[in-house]
Amino acid sequence: MTATIGETEVGQRRLRKEDARLITGRTQWTDNIRLPGMVHLAILRSPYAHARINSVDTSAARSRPNVIAVYSGAELDNQGVLVNAWPVTEDLLAPTYFPVALTEVRHVGEPVAVVVARDAASATDALEAIEVDYEPLPVVLDMEAALAPGSPLVHSEIGSNKAFTWIFDSAAAGTGGDVSQAPADITVTRRYVQQRLIPAFMEPRSVVVDPSGGEWTMYSATQIPHVLRFLLSATTGTPEHKIRVIAPDVGGGFGGKLAATPEEWIAFAVSTKVNRPVKYTETRSESLLSAHHGRDMIQDITVTATRDGIVTGLSVKLTANLGAYLALVGGGVPLLGAFMYNAIYKFPAYRFECNGVFTNTTKTDAYRGAGRPEATYAIERIMDELAIEVGVDPMEIRRRNWIRHEEFPFTTVCGLSYDSGNYEAATDKALQILGYDELRAEQNARRAANDPVQLGIGISTYTEMCGLAPSRLLGQLRYGAGGWESVTIRMLATGKVEVISGSTPHGQGHDTAWSQIVSDQLGIPFEDITVLHGDTRVAAKGMDTYGSRSLAVGGVAMVMACEKVRDKAKLVAAHLLECSPNDLEFTDGKFRVRGNPEAALGMAEISGAVFVAHNLPDGMEPSLDSEATYDPGNFSFPHGTHLCAVDVDTETGRVSIRKYVAVDDVGKVINPLIVEGQVHGGVAQGVAQALYEEAVYDESGNLITGSFAEYLLPSAADLPSIVSDRTETPAPGHPLGVKGVGEAGTIASTPAVVNAIVDALRPRGVNDVPMPCTPERVWRAANGGVA
Amino acid sequence: MIPVAFEYARPSTVDDAVAAVVAAGEDGKLLAGGQSLLPVLRLRLAAPTTVVDLGGVSAMRGIHVDGSDLVVGAMTTHAEVAASGLVRAEAPLVALTAATVGDRQVRHRGTLGGSLAHADPAGDLPTAAVALDATLVVAGPGGRRTVAARDFFTGIFSTVLQPDEVLVEVRFPRMPGWTARYEKFHRTAQAWAVVGVAAAVRRENGQIAEARVALTGMGDSPVRARAVEAAVAGAADLGTVKAAAGHAGEATSPPSDVSGSAEYRRHLASVLTARAVAGAAGMI
Repeated sequence: MTATIGETEVGQRRLRKEDARLITGRTQWTDNIRLPGMVHLAILRSPYAHARINSVDTSAARSRPNVIAVYSGAELDNQGVLVNAWPVTEDLLAPTYFPVALTEVRHVGEPVAVVVARDAASATDALEAIEVDYEPLPVVLDMEAALAPGSPLVHSEIGSNKAFTWIFDSAAAGTGGDVSQAPADITVTRRYVQQRLIPAFMEPRSVVVDPSGGEWTMYSATQIPHVLRFLLSATTGTPEHKIRVIAPDVGGGFGGKLAATPEEWIAFAVSTKVNRPVKYTETRSESLLSAHHGRDMIQDITVTATRDGIVTGLSVKLTANLGAYLALVGGGVPLLGAFMYNAIYKFPAYRFECNGVFTNTTKTDAYRGAGRPEATYAIERIMDELAIEVGVDPMEIRRRNWIRHEEFPFTTVCGLSYDSGNYEAATDKALQILGYDELRAEQNARRAANDPVQLGIGISTYTEMCGLAPSRLLGQLRYGAGGWESVTIRMLATGKVEVISGSTPHGQGHDTAWSQIVSDQLGIPFEDITVLHGDTRVAAKGMDTYGSRSLAVGGVAMVMACEKVRDKAKLVAAHLLECSPNDLEFTDGKFRVRGNPEAALGMAEISGAVFVAHNLPDGMEPSLDSEATYDPGNFSFPHGTHLCAVDVDTETGRVSIRKYVAVDDVGKVINPLIVEGQVHGGVAQGVAQALYEEAVYDESGNLITGSFAEYLLPSAADLPSIVSDRTETPAPGHPLGVKGVGEAGTIASTPAVVNAIVDALRPRGVNDVPMPCTPERVWRAANGGVA
Repeated sequence: MIPVAFEYARPSTVDDAVAAVVAAGEDGKLLAGGQSLLPVLRLRLAAPTTVVDLGGVSAMRGIHVDGSDLVVGAMTTHAEVAASGLVRAEAPLVALTAATVGDRQVRHRGTLGGSLAHADPAGDLPTAAVALDATLVVAGPGGRRTVAARDFFTGIFSTVLQPDEVLVEVRFPRMPGWTARYEKFHRTAQAWAVVGVAAAVRRENGQIAEARVALTGMGDSPVRARAVEAAVAGAADLGTVKAAAGHAGEATSPPSDVSGSAEYRRHLASVLTARAVAGAAGMI
């Protein structure tokens, strides 16, 4: 990985080659797939948050028109179980999780029975004919109530609602001091609540299973076809080589499709039972109700500091609502945050404790950022509060505590090694673009005039760990898989290239970015490269797509694979040009004889020569194809400074974002257009957590926000024009210098917005507004609690 | 999201439409744009045996002046109403309100009559109709009758329309010289109003001579803010308007839900009323 490759494609604002098919929908969305003889599923879901199932009578439903079969949980005796892939502690309480409930339902929306019919409408119609005798049981929805003695148990058989306690202490780990011994001229303690969110991907989940010929092909709108294949095999006993999983084009995920879902397991089992291809596509209502939710944590956080604001210790007690079951990596999400509470700062002592709690709610799992937005929110909020205690500008408190540029590489209090960063540069640029000083002046003027519309400025200086992840470290954290990524290059006879990517996109733009990289690496035109992914029979190896890892990890595998192709092609070129390989250099996409630029061969010509194999070096295998698998040695650490200026109408509580500046350092940029798109989308989702989104249950455990009429997603009309700029500190030791950008906007933006709101209302005695900062909450805060 | 199967009728005249709803009986539903009905069908919250689509009744579409009334056909879309020069001149409040409904797609499908007959308590156009003392013309098997807007709405999703009747047109009194504002407070651009205030004013000698004010989201049906109307008459400055607007929440029974508490809605009603009236009067 040492060859210097000229860059003509990398860095270009290429329009995405996949967009025409994605935008028009003329592609293989899973729900577009129609197989001969295919039948359709509909799922009966529990209306109770907690109930015993005394009986399920499916007989009447079976006689409905076009119905082929109906199964209760007991009747679907080959359904297997759903597993948790991240048992975070040795003594984790992991209840058995059946795809279709057998004897008890534990959240509204849990599958109770499944209908198979010739068409989806008949399957849906037959649901009402299923008779279920439920015996309601006590419900617990609140995390803290669930931990209290005498609480109703979500799983009586495991005896507790607390699934695990996970602790990190820098003194015990030897990575820092003891928080209880930290000097504390100033102590600031706060409670922040991460409300429950719903990933709300654009394409609802859909699955097709074809059991023909003693093999099972599953098409699923998933982020993780490879993981899915492994898990299906491991939990159903079906041999892995008899299972093929295909993620066709997938319309968004945000972590919501980083899942092994009951619906996938149900479709798999039913296809075997009826021996026909089956399809299940959820409705939007089912998606909001039963696809896993995100966030839902209580953060009790304390910082201690010297009189001049140098932080001496950080303690976090996190309570995480797991929902009714352990989702695929549910318990692990808080751990991803655990290493990020110290953020960009040089805190000398740190203690983190997380309790995972079962409640009668939909299970929670990864949602864009997964642990890191929560951590960033809490620390960036409380740094503002510390600044108030110390009496300095919130930017100044950050400067006093952050890792200075010259201090990299830096080992944090968690033991992570931050390879690079330049917080000063990103911050200076952001302040200048925003016009920080001018806005502060305007803020003072408006405060003096008692203007009903107050101005607030919010700061978020964030970092994140991404490029998940070094496999050895994942093993230490008890994660159930590795963190490597794989790429195969196929050189076709005519000089075209197929790049087979282990990581599979669900909107990220792999087809384009991968083509840009390979184009430079092999000297092949952008248009002559096709990127294949998502089919375990085409892309045999992969760890899939989450945690801003595709480029940071998979990109390296791609460069390694290209290097292998180049190395071999060089031998062929030398043979054909009748020179020594040492006399060749690879420039402008061709192997050229040094000192004789006319003597040159491009990759297309070499591919043709290898294809016919008429004149290759003695003993050479006639193939240029290559494969590479890369396991990262470290995480990557993008960072940046986001600034937000808001107008707060104190009469109505309405918050309007007036200006939003994002200066991100994601390392080297392959395609600025894609990076900006990721930042814009990420900021939109982070703003949405700050202002709009919240999943709300009533006291019986019914999801009140069960449609987009109540679960509010902002549209473009509600969002500001985002100024996205960058600093570029290449990741050292990384062949592409990239760091990852998929989650950055989401991680950075939420505290920037809430800090701005609190800043606007600070003179009114406000030091917090709970999320989402609805107009009513802001109005109440602005007017002394109650008007 | 698959509706229960239903029969579909698509009449082309008002008489045929009435005949179709009579034939459909109690379990029939009218489709007048479908922006509320289709979600309800797909969520299986309603399962009509027959859906009578009014989209083919051309006589129910269009805008014209008839004497002292501006007449808007019930099947006229929100987009047509919002863009109509006639509506803007004769009943500007209606055009301004229609422009705030849903989103662009909804406004090109949804209709004035559909909105009024649906009677969503968060609906915008019922409020404008009540504010302006509109008259609704209803056709049934026995002929036509008229209903004052204030008598039309009887509760949440509930009106005086009988199952065998069709809302044909809406007559707004022509109010030349009046100016208007609809203040809609919603959490996102596409969300329903938490509270909305429809205001129309007539100015004389720099004062508000008369005002019509009605509220969205402050009860099961649109609420006419008579106390505000009385208090604001003669107002010449913003302070007087704000004081008058303080009466907006009186005699209302707003809901408490995820969009806002009753207390907050009452507060919003006053703030938004001041802005609507002052805005209509050109004071802000």
